[in-house]
Amino acid sequence: MVEELRLPLIGSGVEAGLPGFPSPADDFIERTLDLNEQLVTNPIATFFVRASGHSMDGAGIHDGDLLVVDRSVTPIHESIVIAVIDGGLTVKRLSKRGAGASLLPEPNNMDQGVYLPIEVGPDTDATIWGVVTWSLHRLGKKCTR
Amino acid sequence: MVTASIRKEMYALADCNNFYASCERVFEPQLEDKPLVVLSNNDGCVIARSQEAKALGFKVGDPIFKFKDAVRQHNVIVRSSNFALYGDMSHRVMQTMRLFSPDVEVYSIDEAFIELVGLRGRNYENEMRRMRATILQWTGIPVSIGIGKTKTLAKLANHYAKRTIGIGGVAKIPQNPNEMLKTIEVGDIWGIGRQWSTKLRNIGVKTAFDLAAMDPTLIRDSFNIIAMKTAMELRGHKYFHFEQTPDQRKTLLRSRSFGKPVETWQELSEAIASHATRAAEKLRNENLVAKVLRVFFHTSLFNHRDPRHSTHAVVELIPPTNVTHDIIKAAVGAAEPMWQAGFKYKRAGVHLTDLSSGQVQCSLFDSEEKRIQDKRIMNVLDAVNAGMGAGTLHYAATGFTKVMQMRQLRKSPRYTTHWDELPECLCGLHEVQGGMSHISQNTK
Repeated sequence: MVEELRLPLIGSGVEAGLPGFPSPADDFIERTLDLNEQLVTNPIATFFVRASGHSMDGAGIHDGDLLVVDRSVTPIHESIVIAVIDGGLTVKRLSKRGAGASLLPEPNNMDQGVYLPIEVGPDTDATIWGVVTWSLHRLGKKCTR
Repeated sequence: MVTASIRKEMYALADCNNFYASCERVFEPQLEDKPLVVLSNNDGCVIARSQEAKALGFKVGDPIFKFKDAVRQHNVIVRSSNFALYGDMSHRVMQTMRLFSPDVEVYSIDEAFIELVGLRGRNYENEMRRMRATILQWTGIPVSIGIGKTKTLAKLANHYAKRTIGIGGVAKIPQNPNEMLKTIEVGDIWGIGRQWSTKLRNIGVKTAFDLAAMDPTLIRDSFNIIAMKTAMELRGHKYFHFEQTPDQRKTLLRSRSFGKPVETWQELSEAIASHATRAAEKLRNENLVAKVLRVFFHTSLFNHRDPRHSTHAVVELIPPTNVTHDIIKAAVGAAEPMWQAGFKYKRAGVHLTDLSSGQVQCSLFDSEEKRIQDKRIMNVLDAVNAGMGAGTLHYAATGFTKVMQMRQLRKSPRYTTHWDELPECLCGLHEVQGGMSHISQNTK
């Protein structure tokens, strides 16, 4: 049987120094920076999505990039959006002209013309799923410590 | 007339439409308009259906293996349950509601009561329409909303909103509700249920209107106090306050079929201990204690070739408790004498009944020190498991390897809770399924 139960207090701030001796740096500790504050404005409506393919390379979205998608943002002209086209999720640049709109691919210069724009009209069923607010691109290979 | 002190209280009940199916569709829009069923934990029975699957006659509880032909014939999409996804989406929906009213009472994974009294001076119906649109845009989940003076009326309005096309998913009980009440069958009233509805119909009470018109004392004497309160709520008198429902949890069941048949006491006892652990967690979560525990296990109900055995044992928990190790001890202790070698057990479970809230009473067997120490251990256990993931700290009795691997062959990715399972969006040529013809048609 356990005779005595000694467990550290969850969330106590004493790990930083010796027990009983507050670290002299304690006065200067504010907090650590949390990347979420930059990337996620509205967590309720934010989803992460993985990009696949090259049709948006010119917009800074590369194969395998992690996209931050905020569904609460209203899409405007030039927004990068996730659109539902024929039941699938795709990334495009939204272009609004008057009443019409089109979804444009944005490949690198050398791939121009390979990917075709999509006109959104009465015949095309395209819904905007969300607005892409960030693209996170890993530099180099996945590193291990 | 006294009007000055009357607060115009209103409740809304927001209920996600075909919630599990809707969650699947957010990340796979191609499933829109297709019949879709979601299966129970072990891919056994239907637990949720899309509207299209409902129309095909699929029922909750249908064992899916009996409907193989119908599934093939109608191209029904079949999915294992994905509670990581449903739980996260539920949280998002509820959080969105909290932006519209501070008083949101989560009633189940897909429905919540909202107290509207805080929204003074606003048009409740418009406000709820705005909330509905926001939830749909932010989360992709369609909800239906009913508004009424009491929770029972809100629930009833919700029922009306759900089945009435063309009202945009929001319905409010009108000033004179009689016509609407006449369209609601008595069995569809919240808190009445199947047991009372037959009896009520036999005495000529067929609709919500009939029940509201009935003499309250007669209802109380022939049925019970809850049925009477329900009838009074239909008349617009508030009996169920916020955080109160006619169907307060009275029992708690944790059980599951084994992925493969269990033949040793070691595996069986671990499974029972694991159910006991989860049941105890749930009790603490809801500030309840249990007085009676039933543990059961049995062989397959469908397999007639192997020898069959079904057994259960009931023990009283003295004093009533929600402490994990007490409940494990009681469950495993009661199960051990019942276990027999030579059977292939298919399912085990722990059923806690006679739940009550409130203080754990001290008894002769219960020392004050034990009680305080138990509470400390449970607090640590819950804090660690909440912070570091369920099951991080667990009792040795529940085993170190999970014997109960769920059979979930058709589970969609955990899109919102696992980095490796994020939805994929295509930037490429092959984004249009079914070929390029459609897209080029629309390209000018």
